[in-house]
Amino acid sequence: MEKMSRVTTALGGSVLTGRTMHCHLDAPANAISVCRDAAQVVVAGRSIFKVYAIEEEQFVEKLNLRVGRKPSLNLSCADVVWHQMDENLLATAATNGVVVTWNLGRPSRNKQDQLFTEHKRTVNKVSFHPTEAHMLLSGSQDGFMKCFDLRRKDSVSTFSGQSESVRDVQFSVRDYFTFASTFENGNVQLWDIRRPDRCEKMFTAHNGPVFCCDWHPEDRGWLATGGRDKMVKVWDVTTPRAREVHCVQTIASVARVKWRPECRHHLATCSMMVDHNIYVWDVRRPFVPAAMFEEHRDVTTGIAWRHPHDPSFLLSGSKDSTLCQHLFRDASQPVERANPEGLCYGLFGDLAFAAKESLVTTELGRKPYAGDRRHPIFFKRKLDPAEPFAGLASSALSIFETETSGSGISWFVDTAQRYALAGRPLAELCDHNAKVARELGRNQVAQTWTMLRIIYCSPGLVPSTNLNHSVGRGSSCGLQLMSSFNLKEMAPGLGNETWLDRSKGDTRSDTVLLDSSATLITNEDNEETEGSDVPADYLLGDVEGDEEELYLLDPEHTHTDEPEYVLPQEAFPLRHEIVDTPPGPEHLQDKADSPHVSGNEADTASLAPVDSFSLISVSHALYDNRLPPDFFSTLVRDMLHFYAEQGDVQMAVSVLIVLGERVRKDIDEQAQEHWYTSYIDLLQRFRLWNVSNQVVKLSTSRAISCLNQASTSLHVNCSHCKRPMSGRGWVCGRCHRCASMCAVCHHVVKGLFVWCQGCSHGGHLQHIMKWLEGSSHCPAGCGHLCEYS
Amino acid sequence: MAEGENEVRWDGLCSRDSSTRETALEHIRQIVLRKTEYLCSVKETPYRPSEGLSNAVSLDGLNKLLAHLLMLSKRCPFKDVREKSEFILKSVQELGIRIPRPLGHGPSRFIPEQEILQVGSEDAQMHALFADSFAALGRLDNITLVMVFHPQYLESFLKTQHYLLQMDGPLPLHYRHYIGIMAAARHQCSYLVNLHVNDFLHVGGDPKWLNGLENAPQKLQNLGELNKVLAHRPWLITKEHIEGLLKAEEHSWSLAELVHAVVLLTHYHSLASFTFGCGISPEIHCDGGHTFRSPSVSNYCICDIANGNHNVDEMQVNSAGNVSVSDSFFEVEALMEKMKQLQECRDEEEASQEEMASRFEIEKRESMFVFSSDDEEVTPARDVSRHFEDTSYGYKDFSRHGMHVPTFRVQDYCWEDHGYSLVNRLYPDVGQLIDEKFHIAYNLTYNTMAMHKDVDTSMLRRAIWNYIHCMFGIRYDDYDYGEINQLLDRSFKVYIKTVVCTPEKVTKRMYDSFWRQFKHSEKVHVNLLLIEARMQAELLYALRAITRYMT
Repeated sequence: MEKMSRVTTALGGSVLTGRTMHCHLDAPANAISVCRDAAQVVVAGRSIFKVYAIEEEQFVEKLNLRVGRKPSLNLSCADVVWHQMDENLLATAATNGVVVTWNLGRPSRNKQDQLFTEHKRTVNKVSFHPTEAHMLLSGSQDGFMKCFDLRRKDSVSTFSGQSESVRDVQFSVRDYFTFASTFENGNVQLWDIRRPDRCEKMFTAHNGPVFCCDWHPEDRGWLATGGRDKMVKVWDVTTPRAREVHCVQTIASVARVKWRPECRHHLATCSMMVDHNIYVWDVRRPFVPAAMFEEHRDVTTGIAWRHPHDPSFLLSGSKDSTLCQHLFRDASQPVERANPEGLCYGLFGDLAFAAKESLVTTELGRKPYAGDRRHPIFFKRKLDPAEPFAGLASSALSIFETETSGSGISWFVDTAQRYALAGRPLAELCDHNAKVARELGRNQVAQTWTMLRIIYCSPGLVPSTNLNHSVGRGSSCGLQLMSSFNLKEMAPGLGNETWLDRSKGDTRSDTVLLDSSATLITNEDNEETEGSDVPADYLLGDVEGDEEELYLLDPEHTHTDEPEYVLPQEAFPLRHEIVDTPPGPEHLQDKADSPHVSGNEADTASLAPVDSFSLISVSHALYDNRLPPDFFSTLVRDMLHFYAEQGDVQMAVSVLIVLGERVRKDIDEQAQEHWYTSYIDLLQRFRLWNVSNQVVKLSTSRAISCLNQASTSLHVNCSHCKRPMSGRGWVCGRCHRCASMCAVCHHVVKGLFVWCQGCSHGGHLQHIMKWLEGSSHCPAGCGHLCEYS
Repeated sequence: MAEGENEVRWDGLCSRDSSTRETALEHIRQIVLRKTEYLCSVKETPYRPSEGLSNAVSLDGLNKLLAHLLMLSKRCPFKDVREKSEFILKSVQELGIRIPRPLGHGPSRFIPEQEILQVGSEDAQMHALFADSFAALGRLDNITLVMVFHPQYLESFLKTQHYLLQMDGPLPLHYRHYIGIMAAARHQCSYLVNLHVNDFLHVGGDPKWLNGLENAPQKLQNLGELNKVLAHRPWLITKEHIEGLLKAEEHSWSLAELVHAVVLLTHYHSLASFTFGCGISPEIHCDGGHTFRSPSVSNYCICDIANGNHNVDEMQVNSAGNVSVSDSFFEVEALMEKMKQLQECRDEEEASQEEMASRFEIEKRESMFVFSSDDEEVTPARDVSRHFEDTSYGYKDFSRHGMHVPTFRVQDYCWEDHGYSLVNRLYPDVGQLIDEKFHIAYNLTYNTMAMHKDVDTSMLRRAIWNYIHCMFGIRYDDYDYGEINQLLDRSFKVYIKTVVCTPEKVTKRMYDSFWRQFKHSEKVHVNLLLIEARMQAELLYALRAITRYMT
């Protein structure tokens, strides 16, 4: 009795303190329940039934209710519940079907109070009425629920679920007369305690057994159920038909579910098998648990919040024979470990990207790419402004579509169709192709064509050399404005086909340094070759070997002749030192050393020196046309390889065809063949049959040109006797009639003949087209439904 | 004769499209006639020793074909196939070739043929089942024909079996059949072994494996131990067994594979029980299912001799003659009376806890000594025993030594809560299928008992189920094991015990001597309970070991 007095004195404390702790039990626990004072917990199992006091630092065993010499099955508990009104009253459900009540106030060692042996099978669950002192409910494997009045010896009423075993029974917290029961067949029933004849409401909640349910402590009519199908569902049962409000998918069957006090949307679950952790879910965020307790080494069998108004203490019992107190602040939060961004490619190359909303909005503020090539679509989750946790769970999803008809692909088709590959002098071909490329906004390619023209048809450019030369001199005199004017003036002579795509010009501060180093190298090259006869473009390309950097340089040649382009005024003073482009190498040396170069902020400024360089180098090139014709061939070869490696086989093949014999011998036969086949394959994918055929025809590689020779025969049937045409020509060998009669005008067709593959009738293309506009039947009257597409 | 042309393709017959079946049949007819004509022509020419061997081979091939046709003519659910097969057989006979005839007495040796549903007279629901089964396996086996007494169960059974053998699963198809062979061989069930040897070869299994377990891959050999323990003493399975299989380096099993294998093993162990328990006859097209001899030569099949049933007809006369009708009628009445008593008085004579516990122990102990008196040794047929090693390991030797079976509390680990979740996690959907099958078997009732109608048989069914689990040491806390003694008489217990533990020793005498007044369909029902309870018991032990390994 001394023990008891201590138990009762512990009732007073209202402020909960404690830490995450655990204590070892002697045997696996099946269920736990907390006393209403939040200072004691009862643990029940097959061979354990003890009361523990929850102290600040540890659990202290208070009472062993398992007394008596012989172990009795009445003590083998499937469930235990502590009365929430009376701290002396406990009830257990025994595996043999007995319901036992315990009175801790009894003076003897044996606290057993009453024994109800009415159930035929294991009792799965017992539940006290939340406010009524003497009302106890039990649910059993035999499919019955019984209500006991503890003042009487046997049950007051019996409720028949009309089905298999009852897995859980719970009195409603809010409605005095209502209780819920869950069944092994997946049903949930709501009963009125006064009406044992039939249930008030029934609905199928889960696929397979419903192991547990819990009424929401505050929201009237909210019932959470957990089932073997790994789901936790929250139902609103106030409506005539129960409505599923939330659904949480866990990773294992749900054994217990308990709403978290004071947190409207939180509930704790533990599983029956495989998974040993306890999760606390925010039901509005059903994919990631809000908190996770990982202390147990075997399945958790019982969970209970320590105090009905304190959300931070959770108690749990487990098959691993431990009793734990978990502190919410010590829980691991999977959200923190999870990657908050998601990225996924769709089937058609669309890209979906989900991230925290705050992240996305800041990014949108800049919005540099949004309008250009991609079209983000934003979905925003609807948020409940009343919820404090809403902010955590909000995210934004953006989807980036690849532009199907955009610049990505259409340039390829356009280029393929418009390029001229043969039939005109080389210079004209180059000019034409450069023009095409420029119009499509592909400046580097356009420039390349121009260069090719210069390289291989240089005599045509002689008149412009003088001008260029003078420009070089002009700039060397150091007059800033002059030089820019000169640039503009000389532009037509240099290659007026160049054009700048401003949007592509990436503006970065480090370009300045790159430029200076590049120019330095150019300079050295110039010294070596003594003529600097190589277009600066190529040299720079070689040195850097990166397309993006090439772009930096490319425009520099080009904005000179862009009429709309005006150099920003404020950039001019800065260019002062650099711009005095020297005609000779020694000046270049100076410039490379100059620290002012890196001081330039705007790219326009940094571009200037290169402009002048290229001018100079080109002008030199134009001077020296005494070089052997194959002088450039290695460069051109490298250029072709460069394009092919960039994935632009179109360029490689086109140049190869246009230049023909001039470069063919310098390039590996296999590489050529490889380019051809890739390009032809691409063309055929875009259904550019004519172009591909032209390419095949123009190709000099034998392996390619024989492609045209393969499978060229066409098998046709005679339009009269429907037999295959075996002989040559258009006369059928069997019926000795001409097969190529037009079905419309009945004349022999010469030239384009179109015929139906189904009935072998056909005729003049024009006639058939006209006929089929008005009728869908074959003009020969054979009744076949011909299609013309 | 080119080899490829004579390759008979039976799969066309499984089609639901009658014209496809028609063409397939026509093709078969041509091959058979060609072969027959060839043989006839050879016969007429003078005998040449060099040709003797090839003749024998081709005659053998033809005979196999004819046996298959015979099976089709009797067992195909499609009428057109049955008729056409018969027609082909007749035309072959007219050419002077001896055609086979079925041996035995229908699908079961225990149940008179006229009691069993004839193929062709089934109703629409059963026909759909038959067609499904035929489409999946290309045959309608005797097990199906006996189980069709309970179409509801049969449907679930076939669905499960089909899923286990042919649908998505972690194990390759030939492994599945081989595991089936291993499991059936444990009980020397030549019927199932023959059936699955054919299937095994059909899905491309290596014939070498069939020479014995030692020729199979190490991985399957490792499974032998689990098979042995599971079949005879499942309570001895520990997590060490599981660990041994899962951690065997390159021969190790994955958890999913292991669960698949365990389900297959338990399925075939219990199916072997059914085969023996209902006295399933060999399939018509398998060895021992047909004969080419004329009817006068022999009237009983090999299996009957092996089991000591010398003449089936005679036995039937004996069993019916020994017991007078009134006697057996009284049996049923007494059983019903007991059930009623138990239902009414259970609350009055409340037994103490110790009493309850000891009742379970007594029942468990007694179940070990329940054995048929005619415990003669049956030497397994040579071709079956090669599929397993350690033939001496069985249920018998430990029960004689009185070994203690530890108690397994179903409240701590049961199928519905734990087993299901584990299986479904590792081998999706199968948990659901097996769960359904258990449910149907456990809850199946027509509310009849022998000649009585509107009887609640749940008590009897539960007694049978729990008795079987009791033999495996599985205890239900909420069951009074005293009921078993009241409801199940000794001859019934002998039958249950034999079917579940040593099915190969079941005789027709045992089958006939229990529940003499009950219908055959009810005895088949009992068998369904037996095999499902056995399967669940084995599964529970195996899955518990896996769970323990995992935690």
